[in-house]
Amino acid sequence: MPADETYEHHEYDVVVIGAGGAGLRAAIAAHDAGAKTALICRSLLGKAHTVMAEGGIAAALGNLWPEDNWQVHFRDTMRGGKLLNHWRMAELHAKEAPDRVYELEQWGALFDRTPAGKISQRDFGGHRYARLAHVGDRTGLEMIRALQQRAVSLGIDVFMELTVTDLLKDGDRVSGAFGYWRESGRFVVFGAPAVVLATGGIGKSWKVTSNSWECTGDGHALALRAGATLLNMEFVQFHPTGMVWPLSVRGLLVTESVRGDGGVLRNSVDRRFMFDYIPEFFKAETADNIEEADRWYDDKTNRRPPELLPRDEVARAINSEIKAGRGSPHGGVYLDIASRRSPEFIRRRLPSMYHQFKELADVDITREPMEIGPTCHYVMGGVEVDPDSQVSTVPGLFAAGEVAGGMHGANRLGGNSLSDLIVFGKRAGEHAAAYAEMLGTNRPQVAAADVATAAEQALAPFKAGQAEENPYTLHQELQDTMQDLVGIIRVEGELKDALERISVLQSRSEHLSVEGNRQYNPGWHLALDLRNMLLVSQAVATAALERQESRGGHTRDDYPMTDPYWGGLNVVLQLKQREPPVVARGGPHQLSVRRQPLQQPPPELAELLEDVH
Amino acid sequence: MLRIWRGDASGGELKDYVVPAEEGQVVLDAVHRAQAGQANDLAVRWNCKAGKCGSCSAEVNGRPRLMCMTRLSIFPPGQPVTVTPLRTFPVIKDLVTDVSFNYEKARGVPAFTPMASQPEPPFTMFQSDVERSQEFRKCIECWLCQDTCHVVRDHEENKPSFAGPRFFIRYAELDMHPNDSIDRKKMLQESQGLGFCNITKCCTEVCPEQIKITDNGIIPMKERVVDVKFDPLLRLLRRRRRQSP
Repeated sequence: MPADETYEHHEYDVVVIGAGGAGLRAAIAAHDAGAKTALICRSLLGKAHTVMAEGGIAAALGNLWPEDNWQVHFRDTMRGGKLLNHWRMAELHAKEAPDRVYELEQWGALFDRTPAGKISQRDFGGHRYARLAHVGDRTGLEMIRALQQRAVSLGIDVFMELTVTDLLKDGDRVSGAFGYWRESGRFVVFGAPAVVLATGGIGKSWKVTSNSWECTGDGHALALRAGATLLNMEFVQFHPTGMVWPLSVRGLLVTESVRGDGGVLRNSVDRRFMFDYIPEFFKAETADNIEEADRWYDDKTNRRPPELLPRDEVARAINSEIKAGRGSPHGGVYLDIASRRSPEFIRRRLPSMYHQFKELADVDITREPMEIGPTCHYVMGGVEVDPDSQVSTVPGLFAAGEVAGGMHGANRLGGNSLSDLIVFGKRAGEHAAAYAEMLGTNRPQVAAADVATAAEQALAPFKAGQAEENPYTLHQELQDTMQDLVGIIRVEGELKDALERISVLQSRSEHLSVEGNRQYNPGWHLALDLRNMLLVSQAVATAALERQESRGGHTRDDYPMTDPYWGGLNVVLQLKQREPPVVARGGPHQLSVRRQPLQQPPPELAELLEDVH
Repeated sequence: MLRIWRGDASGGELKDYVVPAEEGQVVLDAVHRAQAGQANDLAVRWNCKAGKCGSCSAEVNGRPRLMCMTRLSIFPPGQPVTVTPLRTFPVIKDLVTDVSFNYEKARGVPAFTPMASQPEPPFTMFQSDVERSQEFRKCIECWLCQDTCHVVRDHEENKPSFAGPRFFIRYAELDMHPNDSIDRKKMLQESQGLGFCNITKCCTEVCPEQIKITDNGIIPMKERVVDVKFDPLLRLLRRRRRQSP
């Protein structure tokens, strides 16, 4: 590290890390509240993972079904999450989602319309009524553009292709962030009393995933290192329908809208097998015969088809069918809409799915079924936050969107992610701005020594040493470990094995070595990302070992039942600190695990959950 | 075999990489294989690898394409596939270019502003009325149309006064929005360079979203600009407005 390197330095009231839906909405809110706001994204603006969301934004607008309201949405969300959600977050989410959707329209979003000229809504798994505002199957793109164009028109400072590697602290409080420009590799220091994490998910630690390279769990790792707690990291959602063939696109998402719009699942002997997998918990609201299921699309007095059970149920069922030898040639099952809807309907409602299969797999989905299988998609666990303000256990550190925990409980319903981003993005931005203002002149300071350590650790991979490790090889080994040992179905022995292997990988990560220089060097970037991926993978495996039951996105072969004891508990993780605490580095970490009682909803909300239709 | 341009702003050259072929592979897979096994520091921009984010734009055998949606099987077997950075934008390193030109143009677009008759949502808008704008909102901002457009491709001097096809359809989208109140036509003609376009449709040909940029966006905007400029009734109205105190 050249001692004379001077760092680019910026001072802000609020720094938002991540520019997907949550980060953009947080930055807009902080700006609107009068805070000097910076928005940092590690890619170009508008490319964040939100852009890949397909199906829609869940909000009880009641445009198609006047019977729908926030109470039903709250109930569906809690039941979908197997009642492990933070009730207050689920309440705020259900109440505020409609206003946040209309706000997007105010900023130029153009949703598909009903015949009466209102925002149209579509059916999705776990939602009692057609509830998802959408634009064909590219809703995420519409949302990110509307937010991006709003942020740009407000003149918010955007730092594109800048990656934050460390948070900075002054005593207990956050004081800023440290990162590098991808283009030049030069370091940047942000001084800011309030930092909003909006970094998204963790899926890139699995081999079969719908997530892009960005989903490395940076925010989860930054929060842990800053002393914050993570909640329920064992709950990882495997989306039931990812592409399985060709190998090059294995894991690529096939939207749930295919099922919402009439698609059904079949095995190799042509059976609609989901009727064989209706769990007790959803029996009363799920159709048990084909005739009733097929009537439901037009008449909601019928019960829902089992293909539209929550994602955890469908993913497990597909997994079982494949294991029982009733899978398709490439190790999936069949998703068929061709035999159920007209080619015109399919091309209009699912244009990007049509395009995706045609271009990448030579499959015409209007004529033949798709081959699909589960793919790692979303993490329900995340930074423990206050439900109203989104502040973590560390003063000045906020989290919103996928990186935050609690909202979705043990399993997220489709469509609830996009609404989560805008509801809690706005709250995080507002509260971050208010916190910064409240501090007045009593602002935390950035310590030069921490900055120097952060720089030194970031440059470690350039110092060639003994036993050099290739970051790409290490990444692949981590993906194999998580895929094989911390996948859909888990068991104690394998989880312990996973933790051992992760620990070995962490030790090896101290010897990561990269070639070339600091200018736009993906090998270096991956070496730094790996520290986060390893820590977050350790967190998932640790929490998965702790929770001895099966619930939502966490299935234990050795504890196959849902257990009321665990239904009242959150699994909370914290990093046992090293010195200096905040800065990222290689080597094994120690996590402490705590069982923390779940807050119970007040009686008037608890009553809503009893309604099983 | 893959032939990739390696270098930076000071210059570079094509380098060959032999990567194993696999059924169904796209160009980006092959680039990633070269990166993981032979060139860890090979710079390439990508995100979703699903044709949805528009990050992995490059020129493959000279044609602007998304690397993630270009199957290797479309090229003749046995011949190398050449991958070079977008030519219209300055190279940063290898396949990564400085596309900030586009983000500057985006800042110049006056935002959507609702009409006084319907200032706040929920807006009543019909599918038939939003459909035209929706076509343009499919744009994933891959900048391939900007790259291929001959007005700027080899004419750096045109860049300050030319927004490019991506932004022509952004202006068209707002102009066709059923509830937008701002007239951006004069601006589009006078400062954004709509007149430079001589509708060769190169942009439409490279659009991975199959947006009919020229037919549905640029040509209608050119017509609307002309209508405003030469409509005799409007001209009379304008003159009277100028004359009134």
